[in-house]
Amino acid sequence: MFTDDAGKGGISAGGPGNSDDSTRRTGGDLLQLITPEGERISHPEFDSWLQDVSDEQLGSLYEDMVVIRRIDAEATALQRQGELALWPPLLGQEASQIGSARALREDDFVFPSYRDNGVAYCRGVKVEDLVRAWRGSASAGWDPFTVNVATQQIIIGSQSLHATGYAMGIQNDGADCVAVAYFGDGATSEGDVNEAMVFAASFQAPVVFFCQNNHWAISEPVRLQSHIQLADRASGFGIPSMRVDGNDVLAVMAATRIALDRARHGGGPTFIEAVTYRMGPHTTADDPTRYRDANELEDWAAKDPIARLKSLLDRKGLLTAELEAAVAAKADAVAAELRAGTINMPDPAPLDIFKHVYSTPNSWLDRQQDHYSRYLASFGDPAEAATEEGAR
Amino acid sequence: MTQMTFARAINSGLRKSLENDPKVILMGEDIGALGGVFRVTDGLQKDFGKHRVVDTPLAESGIIGTAVGLAYRGYRPVVEIQFDGFIYPAFDQIVSQVAKMHYRTQGAVKMPITIRVPFGGGIGSPEHHSESPEAYFTHTSGLRVISVSNPQDAYTMIQQAIASDDPVLYFEPKRRYHDKGEVDESVDPGSALSMEKARVVAEGKDVTLVAYGPLVKTARDAALAAADEGVSVEVIDLRSLAPLDFSTLEASVRKTGRLVITHEAAQSGGLGAEVAASITERCFYHLEAAPVRVTGFDVPYPYSKLEMHHLPGLDRILDGVDRALGRPNSLSGLEG
Repeated sequence: MFTDDAGKGGISAGGPGNSDDSTRRTGGDLLQLITPEGERISHPEFDSWLQDVSDEQLGSLYEDMVVIRRIDAEATALQRQGELALWPPLLGQEASQIGSARALREDDFVFPSYRDNGVAYCRGVKVEDLVRAWRGSASAGWDPFTVNVATQQIIIGSQSLHATGYAMGIQNDGADCVAVAYFGDGATSEGDVNEAMVFAASFQAPVVFFCQNNHWAISEPVRLQSHIQLADRASGFGIPSMRVDGNDVLAVMAATRIALDRARHGGGPTFIEAVTYRMGPHTTADDPTRYRDANELEDWAAKDPIARLKSLLDRKGLLTAELEAAVAAKADAVAAELRAGTINMPDPAPLDIFKHVYSTPNSWLDRQQDHYSRYLASFGDPAEAATEEGAR
Repeated sequence: MTQMTFARAINSGLRKSLENDPKVILMGEDIGALGGVFRVTDGLQKDFGKHRVVDTPLAESGIIGTAVGLAYRGYRPVVEIQFDGFIYPAFDQIVSQVAKMHYRTQGAVKMPITIRVPFGGGIGSPEHHSESPEAYFTHTSGLRVISVSNPQDAYTMIQQAIASDDPVLYFEPKRRYHDKGEVDESVDPGSALSMEKARVVAEGKDVTLVAYGPLVKTARDAALAAADEGVSVEVIDLRSLAPLDFSTLEASVRKTGRLVITHEAAQSGGLGAEVAASITERCFYHLEAAPVRVTGFDVPYPYSKLEMHHLPGLDRILDGVDRALGRPNSLSGLEG
């Protein structure tokens, strides 16, 4: 078990059932419960966190992963068809996102990056809301308080501080919910992520740092970000860490549950490195063939998170025709909903540009809005005027 | 009415806010046991506890970024940036997160964060301790920027800033911290002059002299000196730097026909440029002369043996008044 070990001069954590090794994490200790071939590896420590995961739930994890892969494919297609300006695919990271998000309680609060669409979907964000910002119809797709998910952050690593501050608030409130920051391997180089870990450790804030090491920060490999394994960085801040196979949905879920449980019980922050792989481009705007080897992609394709869970289901005799049909139907329905929601999304009204800059009136902005309204009115129909303006 | 220093007046305003709203939380470096490097938060941790007055790790982006998270959770953080020159590591969190969160979320997430910044020069400090970075923030939509010039305003405006649902940069003129003034602590900040309004601190009819923060006192002294020469100067304390209260400025310039603005910050792209341009747009036919700026130079804040040359003093301001009035001045004879 991952135990706090403050008496020995710091909090530490290690491989399951091997806490003595906790401070000697130098690699090769990737926590895994499902092999790439779909074989379930028994693990006394981790398994104890998964006892409630029924066959039915395994099927539902599979469904979520298939659905978000389908959302990803549909959104990518929508971008190619000119309906979205940009899309950041999560292809390959389905287990990391679904495994971790499904471990959360409703009152936990998530601070995601722009790529964490699977997490958002899992928390109940409507599919068309996932693309609202990428279509340019709004800066963000949803009200954070309806799903307890902050809007997706584009500045790299910024949200790790927001999660930590939120966790400090939880602490002040005496509540037992947890804040979770999602970020990638590149973000660990940012000052904000490091400052977040300093604050979290100093105040023992109930926050989980969930790092999806997908190996690439646009074109820069993870080795350019860190000389050591990312999980090993946490110990320098006095934060226990786990390094899990991010393509193994059960390992991710168990690790997240352990971290959440620690946070709920006053054990402070935990850093999870989910080792996964971004199989697509950084966004629809880049070309990974320029910077990475085809063999690398092939190697990782063999570790595909969905294929892996599918093999496990098959081995367990759970991969029935009914399940496959139900999952396919759900994916089709969600994709259709996403497409219709995107294409039918109303454009904002011209004067919406002035809305919500401030909570209370601002004389500068009121004047600018007034002047622009008069300008639009000079054309007769404001909407028409805005269109003409845009066309110039 | 009580005589108290500027620093004490802010302290008293902070205390009131902490008493009135359990969601107010103070954060910053050294603000607890030490009471802040300028003692502005003196005694507050002792009286309100370490959870209300939080000594943070030494990381400015961390201070602002965690305040964002606390605001998400329903708190009203009041953070202290120890010195003006230390705000730059927090710049991204302020302009990309604090300023834009309300807009980004279409009003769902409020950022009632107050960022206190001791600013300006004149105390003989080393590099990074005497800067005037206000224009960076007045240029950013979503922020409100105010600067206080006297203990009474310091007391009421800190409470108004904390009560605001919008984020507020609260610039404190550090060279005035020890100045004393009358403070009426019974004033309800809700009914006091709004922090968004400018104030006419001395009436006059010949020229409008606009200042804020540390230079309001200098501007008043200049007006007194000008009066000795028979020139009537109207002094306006902006108080709010964003948004600027143009109605008060316009009324004054329509009366005097002449405008001088002074600030410690560098001239180019500074607040003086905004005031001059906007007043010219609005009151062109009332102006008898081009607006005049008397500001710091476009140089890095100089080492202390030179700062008296950089900071607009009484005589430089009077020289500016002479330029606005077309009286003999240091630039007489220069074209353009």
